[in-house]
Amino acid sequence: MKAAVLGASKGVGRAIARALAEQGAQIHLLGRDLEDLTRSAADLEQRSGGKIKVLATACDLEKPEGFHAALDEADRALAGLDTVVITAGLFGVQTALENDLEFTRRMLTVNFANTVVFCEHARQKLMSHGGGTLCVVSSVAGERGRKPVVLYGASKAGLSAYLEGLDHKWHAEGLRVVNVKPGFVKTSMTEGLTPPPFAGEPEQVARDVVRAIERGSPVVYTPRIWALVMFVIRLLPRFIMRKLNF
Amino acid sequence: MPKQTGLSGWGRTFVPGHETRSEDLVAVTRGASLSRGLGRSYGDASLPAEGSDQVVGTTLADRILSFDDTSGVIRAEAGLCLSDMNRLFLPRGFFTPVTPGTRFVTLGGMVASDVHGKNHHVAGTIGRHVQSLKLRVADGRIIDCSREEERELFLATLGGMGLTGHILEVELKLERIPSPWIHQETFRLENLDAMLRALKDSSDKWPMTVGWMDTVATGKQLGRGILYCGRWAEPSEAPQRVPKPQEQKIGMPFALPSGVLNRFTIGMFNRLIYLSHHKPHKTAMVDPYTYFYPLDFVRQWNLAYGKRGVTQHQAVIPNEAGPDGIRGLIELLAKLGASSFLSVIKDCGPEGEGLLSFPRPGMSLALDIPINENTQNVIDQLNQHVLSCGGRIYLTKDGLTRAEDFRAMEPRLDQFLAVKHKWDPDDRLRSAQSERLFGGHA
Repeated sequence: MKAAVLGASKGVGRAIARALAEQGAQIHLLGRDLEDLTRSAADLEQRSGGKIKVLATACDLEKPEGFHAALDEADRALAGLDTVVITAGLFGVQTALENDLEFTRRMLTVNFANTVVFCEHARQKLMSHGGGTLCVVSSVAGERGRKPVVLYGASKAGLSAYLEGLDHKWHAEGLRVVNVKPGFVKTSMTEGLTPPPFAGEPEQVARDVVRAIERGSPVVYTPRIWALVMFVIRLLPRFIMRKLNF
Repeated sequence: MPKQTGLSGWGRTFVPGHETRSEDLVAVTRGASLSRGLGRSYGDASLPAEGSDQVVGTTLADRILSFDDTSGVIRAEAGLCLSDMNRLFLPRGFFTPVTPGTRFVTLGGMVASDVHGKNHHVAGTIGRHVQSLKLRVADGRIIDCSREEERELFLATLGGMGLTGHILEVELKLERIPSPWIHQETFRLENLDAMLRALKDSSDKWPMTVGWMDTVATGKQLGRGILYCGRWAEPSEAPQRVPKPQEQKIGMPFALPSGVLNRFTIGMFNRLIYLSHHKPHKTAMVDPYTYFYPLDFVRQWNLAYGKRGVTQHQAVIPNEAGPDGIRGLIELLAKLGASSFLSVIKDCGPEGEGLLSFPRPGMSLALDIPINENTQNVIDQLNQHVLSCGGRIYLTKDGLTRAEDFRAMEPRLDQFLAVKHKWDPDDRLRSAQSERLFGGHA
């Protein structure tokens, strides 16, 4: 596997990159802070047993003008990438977003508009090699509109809808879209929040994601219990959601 | 009933507070008073001092920054878990030069405790193998220190319980091993004299030794136990495959009722362990996970001690005190009506460089004591005995020693506090333990 990973320095992205490195995948890191990426690259090289060389290119999800060049660089360094993993994004709790609409605008732009634009660049790059896997971390928060995640959930709902459409449009031509829908994961992004039942660890999520990439699964809930939880939540009538204070 | 929320050490005595974790240790330690790793110290060493309700958790800062497979030198962020390091480097022919009895500790925590292991008599503490450290000191500066650079800060940090600065990065020389397997020989020993004699005799022949001891048995059987000797196997005798870490398939689902582990049940357990070693001498080829970390097999085994939790009293009794030093500890435990579920004895080699490093030449005895209303008295009396023998206790295990007792045991304390004061004149770096033991002088 030859994978470009956007957002591999932290949380779930770090765990996915490590799981890929330990399997011997060739990896190119993309992210905002090049110095930090370089430290992560060294970590991945050692976790592969010294078998891979990991390079990094600066790429800020808030600056779409840099997407094309960053993916080009990754493609060149890997001599033709076949997998793109996107784990970067912004998160805010509902009250913080409601109280800071500029942050809300940024979050919606990064999580939806810019991620979609990045995916389009990635899709073109992968299709230029005849296909490949585009793995994007969305969220279970996008499954239903719910009180605690009105704004963040909306950004992920839009992203998930896009990924489903992308899968339908390009699957026959060799693009495998993997939409990762994690539940609550204990990372620095969720630091300070009280973990709900079924909260997952990044390593557990990474194992599920790597398996989904290998199988080309279009949707993966992780930890897996969330597939059942969200199945029930999707079926809940609105009046029951109101009663449950959802 | 004791509260079960907030922060606790491995002994599960909780205090109000929470961890703040981040991958960016440089940022998150700014202005913080204490860092902790995986919280495996038993008592209050990793708990916030009064007036603070948070500590930095380092576990997300766990990147390996470099490794040289010629020299075996690794540089990593302080939160790197030993379990991860073992898993990654065992297949490459390297292992940590010193390991404590659990793999669920961080590199930073190992340095702060200056941990020792079954090979202390030949390898010393982890500090001997640490080449340099990167610290955030109390005034916010980031300082590189080693034996050559800021030497006294470096030495005070080895075993300094995180009170000299937040450990950000550790450079450590790993041990090159001939194979990833251990040739183990175990000996059943019928009493304390036999155990002490065997420990001393085997230290010349074996690089790794440790004794499990039945501290509930009395009379002629007092101090009976099993001696575990080991060495890294040569390639010609070892299996070809690389062993994988044991999965923690068994876990304690909840805290047992306090009192389930009492002198009777502990006595039964100890007798079973002793009798299960039915031959006087056994030989086996074992993986390092089984050899070094037998308790890690059970997830959260500390819940067996119930909601009141457990403390560990680990003391080193100098050689000059002779066998009566250790015998006195065991007899005192019985006299006080207390008992230790798991008792471990180990002969220690020379004292390390760390200013508060625990081991010194002598016999170390670790006693796991379920906490009840009598435990403070038990610890006080055990400490009086340790003092009378000229010994000292291990801060990493302690949560109950009194300040005056610790000061009497530790002639190096003033030297440590002087270095700490130089780097932290306003006493910004503190823990519940430093406040308890050093008061306003920490």
